[in-house]
Amino acid sequence: MTDSASPAITLKDLGKTFAGAQPVRALDRLNLQVKRGVVTGLIGPDGAGKTTLMRLAAGLLLPDEGEIRVLGQDMRDASLAVQSHIGYMPQRFGLYEDLTVQENLDLYAELQGVPEEEHAARHRELMHMTGLAPFTARLAGRLSGGMKQKLGLACTLLSSPELLLLDEPTVGVDPVSRRELWAIVYRLVKEQHMSVLLSTAYLDEAERCDDVILLHEGKLLGQQAPQAFSTPMQGRVWEVSAALGKRRLQQQLDLNPAVLDALTEGRKVRVVTCDAGTTPETLVAGLPEARIEAVTPRFEDAFIALLQHDIHKPPAVDTTPTTAIDRDEAVIQVQELSRRFGDFIAVNKVSFEVRRGEIFGLLGANGAGKSTTFRMLCGLLPVSSGHVSVAGVDLRKAAAKARARIGYMAQRFSLYGNLSVQENLNFFASAYGLSGNTKRERIALALEDFELTSYRETAAITLPLGFKQRLALAAALMHRPDILFLDEPTSGVDPLARREFWWHINALAESGVTVLVTTHFMDEANYCDRLVIMADGEVLAEDSPENLREHFRTAGETEASMEDAFIALIERHKQEAAA
Amino acid sequence: MLQHILALIIKEFLALLKDKRSRFVLIGPPIVQLVVFGYAATFDLNRVPFAVYDEDNTALSHLLVERFSGSDTFELVGKISRDADIQPMIDNKQALMVLHISPRFSDDLAAGESASLQVIVDGRNSNTALLALNYVRTVLLDFSADWAKQQQRPPPPAKLVMRAWYNSNLVSQWFIVPGIVGLLTLVVSLLVTALSVAREREEGTFDQLLVTPLRPVEILIGKSVPGLIIGLVESTFIILVAIFWFDVPLRGHIGALYLGLFLFLLANIGIGLMISSLSVTQQQGLLGAFLFLVPAVILSGFATPIANMPEAVQQLTLLNPMRYFLIIVRGVFLEGADIKLLVPQYWPMAVIALFSLSSAAWLFRRRMY
Amino acid sequence: MPQPASQLSRRRLAGMVRKESLQILRDPSSIAIAFVLPVVMLFLFGYGVSLDAKDVRIGFVIESPDSETSDIRAAFGQSDYFEPVVFHTIQAAEQAMREHDIDGIVWMQSDFSHRLHAGLGAPLGVIVNGVDANQGRITEGYILGAWQTWLTHYTERRGLPKAFPITLEQRVWFNPAVNSRDFLVPGLVAVIMTLIGALLTAMVVAREWERGTMEALLVTPIHIRELLMGKLVPYFVLGMGGMLLTVAMAVWQFDVPLRGSFLVLLVASALFMLVALAMGLLISIVAKNQFVAGQVAIIVTFLPAFILSGFIFDINSMPWAIQLLTHLIPARYFVSILQTVFLAGNVWPVILPNAAALLLMAFVFLMLVRRKASKRLE
Repeated sequence: MTDSASPAITLKDLGKTFAGAQPVRALDRLNLQVKRGVVTGLIGPDGAGKTTLMRLAAGLLLPDEGEIRVLGQDMRDASLAVQSHIGYMPQRFGLYEDLTVQENLDLYAELQGVPEEEHAARHRELMHMTGLAPFTARLAGRLSGGMKQKLGLACTLLSSPELLLLDEPTVGVDPVSRRELWAIVYRLVKEQHMSVLLSTAYLDEAERCDDVILLHEGKLLGQQAPQAFSTPMQGRVWEVSAALGKRRLQQQLDLNPAVLDALTEGRKVRVVTCDAGTTPETLVAGLPEARIEAVTPRFEDAFIALLQHDIHKPPAVDTTPTTAIDRDEAVIQVQELSRRFGDFIAVNKVSFEVRRGEIFGLLGANGAGKSTTFRMLCGLLPVSSGHVSVAGVDLRKAAAKARARIGYMAQRFSLYGNLSVQENLNFFASAYGLSGNTKRERIALALEDFELTSYRETAAITLPLGFKQRLALAAALMHRPDILFLDEPTSGVDPLARREFWWHINALAESGVTVLVTTHFMDEANYCDRLVIMADGEVLAEDSPENLREHFRTAGETEASMEDAFIALIERHKQEAAA
Repeated sequence: MLQHILALIIKEFLALLKDKRSRFVLIGPPIVQLVVFGYAATFDLNRVPFAVYDEDNTALSHLLVERFSGSDTFELVGKISRDADIQPMIDNKQALMVLHISPRFSDDLAAGESASLQVIVDGRNSNTALLALNYVRTVLLDFSADWAKQQQRPPPPAKLVMRAWYNSNLVSQWFIVPGIVGLLTLVVSLLVTALSVAREREEGTFDQLLVTPLRPVEILIGKSVPGLIIGLVESTFIILVAIFWFDVPLRGHIGALYLGLFLFLLANIGIGLMISSLSVTQQQGLLGAFLFLVPAVILSGFATPIANMPEAVQQLTLLNPMRYFLIIVRGVFLEGADIKLLVPQYWPMAVIALFSLSSAAWLFRRRMY
Repeated sequence: MPQPASQLSRRRLAGMVRKESLQILRDPSSIAIAFVLPVVMLFLFGYGVSLDAKDVRIGFVIESPDSETSDIRAAFGQSDYFEPVVFHTIQAAEQAMREHDIDGIVWMQSDFSHRLHAGLGAPLGVIVNGVDANQGRITEGYILGAWQTWLTHYTERRGLPKAFPITLEQRVWFNPAVNSRDFLVPGLVAVIMTLIGALLTAMVVAREWERGTMEALLVTPIHIRELLMGKLVPYFVLGMGGMLLTVAMAVWQFDVPLRGSFLVLLVASALFMLVALAMGLLISIVAKNQFVAGQVAIIVTFLPAFILSGFIFDINSMPWAIQLLTHLIPARYFVSILQTVFLAGNVWPVILPNAAALLLMAFVFLMLVRRKASKRLE
């Protein structure tokens, strides 16, 4: 039925535009092929067109122009036939949460026409592969994120598809589950010669693919093996350490015109230069006790280099604190904090302290309890037991005035969607008690600092995600708070916008603002001074990222990656729980 | 404090008026309901189809039939000549009513005997049947009075002089249209408020609000004032349409009406905000509003009188602010009622408003998941 | 190998039906919408909506009481319809009327008996509160009836010529007691089931879009017809369950006679349920969002069914433009069938055309659903 000699997917001049008040050109005349029998990564920041391409390949959308052939068949007229031979896992896994694991599998087996006699054997095989066998009677909604992801994958594998399409399968899933997913995918490719197209916004996952398609704003930036992307970067990537605070060091390096990108990595700063000719001496000139060494380039370095025209570094701002800051003062104190929802313990006896001027991270996968903890800190959720104090008061009980000291940025950058940027800022300024000239000045400054001036009259909902994030931060900073709460502030935002964002946060911390941030990006832990790692409502570790990385390093390496440290912690936790 | 509230009010208005969907909620239902209720919701009888089985077939019986077919209320749709034809006529809904004039009708009448006229009515719609019978009776009364005068017979020793106060022609529209003022005010103010907190919760901005130094009281006022203003504007519009388009007389003092309107709006807003604070998503808010709206309208006396309900249900209506407002609006429009007369209607609404508003403010912070 | 996808597969359909049924059983809100909501609404409407004026409070102003005036009062007092209250001056009665203590006044002036005996056409003044025009008219009718009874007796007793030469012999077919509940409850079944049917399905497709399961479903080899049938069948069964429950309540709780055959009722209900579900499905497919779907379902099904179906307001009395509009409301046809089957019996000339209209509407809506539903996302 399908032509096994043809590539898994072929695009010819493929274009797709979504109509609307402001038409979106999702894919712009793409020409490419996805090879058979390998894992192809579809990589690109948010809004690159990854999901649109996935949906076109699954037959859910029709191209406006050009052609898409899947397994040798034109998707315009043969989509129903092709759909018997592909497996597709949408974002959020496409599971019925009110059906059990078994019922989900049965449904998809029936829909995919798996012969009844093969069904049982196939089922056993998949349960074994995903490790879900003990949970067949559990409702899918009660599974953890990682288990849902595996069940979603199992559902698409029932009919042994020739081509597997996975749309952002690793979003919000803990690193352990991510690793397991990759292991399964590679087994499938090896044992069944399956072709896999997998999209992801995590750039580090690109390196696990055989072939990478890099998309940006609907255009193809390149398609080759991940190493082929990073090899040309040889000689442009360095690691610098110096006798400076890591934030200072990062700032200093970032201000160097020869530096394209400077990223904190443990105690060191990873630097990508604008071109290969830059000598290490020019990079470290003026830095005390500087040490510099060349490192192997990564995919992310190549990505940054490819998009360097879109990078604009925020203007330098003087961040020297106006008054001396007592950096030992504990601003946020959490003791034995617990929160139960019925029988479910979302947060279990969590304790930690955050000191003034610190960037403090709450790390964990979705469902680890970090948002619940965060909401209790902000006074948005009553505590079940334990004690919380922020700037010496419990925000839930404190007078309204106490809240004037904190800034808050909610998940998904909650702003009034149909109000314009200016109207949003006006409202938040007044809500924080600003008026008259102060209000006007602060708003003007915010528009300028966050480069929002040209979007003044735009409704917040239509802003690009990166600008929404800026606006949300601008609103939260309107009243110059000295404690800032950030809930998943970089979720879904592309790597460039994330860098800019952290640049602002670093500057704030330098000037003495205390920042509490939750994130599920392990690499962002590097920005924190200290952090807690949470899983199943409990704190697994509280330390600085440098210490954690050192503690969990394997023999031969100087430091473990944050992800390795996280995985080691989870495994230790599991063992302890078993024992 | 004032500045906080002002900022909140401006924001609420902008959020409300810039959203296509909520603009629709504010404009669509009022117009549709005004037209539909104003014209379709009528208990008046027009063009009742009737058939005649005239066994008498004399000048007198023709005269009687003319009395019916000549009025706007009845419309002659057929003549029957056999008993057996009556049943299909009614069963098949060709005629709502059959007038059966007996063969001795004019003879009996002339002889001073009791002349009998049989009327068969389709009782499937009992209200129409009842009203049609009343009309028949009135027509007959007029007919026999005229006939008696013509025959120079003495008039009956007593006569009935009937008069309807407030609505002398008993026009349904005069009853329904002022009711729409209440209905619409309820729907609009409830929808505006029931979705407002839920929408912010869904979008995450309510957390944002709670974290600012705004106090619950300020949020409460900020959320109430737009509902109040929109409610006042819309009901003023309906009131004007009622007066100038539907020609419903406004006999009482407008102040008495607006005092009632104000309290009614406060009560609705309180209830709407309560529903909103209890719901996590807009869908729950909508469902909650619907679950309140339907009984509130049914049990308000909008279409059918409260007095006809069973005692227990009548007690239940005491919790319904619309019940009081309907009395006020109809009282002011038709009865010319003044503030003093309406005091028993004002204070229960004030109590409901006070209770619901303070519960809503309390729920803002308590209700979290 | 998987079977060719182009033809319908019983196995896929069975899989869809089982999945939907399981979801219904697990989701208390579907059960609540199908069974609890109709019961609550039927109770509410069945008891809350009544047009029967009983115990109308009538103020009797008797300026000089004697045997004649007490005769009249007694004639009114015998009737179930009135609750007489006696006043001595018209001013007191008028004040009571203003304060809504009484709904009507019967006024016998001081010279009433004198003029009656003299045959001078003694005036019996009647004032009713006309604010509620319908109730006012019904009250007038009751008063007129009571007065006629009294006057007929009076003239007979005194041997006077007949006051009313024509006697009216009235027969109210199907509902001799003129009980408004018998008329309202069958119509209510239609109004409630319109809402229930549309609400049930309005949410189900939208829910799949919202939860992201629709995408996974569409990429399987399932045929769009299997998908739609898989949704319709379980909700049809559920909706019919709710329907039977309301019919049972109408018969046993509200004592409405069921004169036609149950089978006819069942077939008509099935047709109507199909229309309501198809409407809901259409809303759901177009809206793709549970919130909008719910809102639209309420606006386009409930309000028209309530006002324009003839369930309470007689369609014949509406202006012609609105009468035309009512032809687009499926509930109109079902109300007609229900009122006939319950109260009149199997009257085919009423049932058949209405059933045909329902069939046509079901067909049109299902075609629209089929056309709007596609395996693509756009």
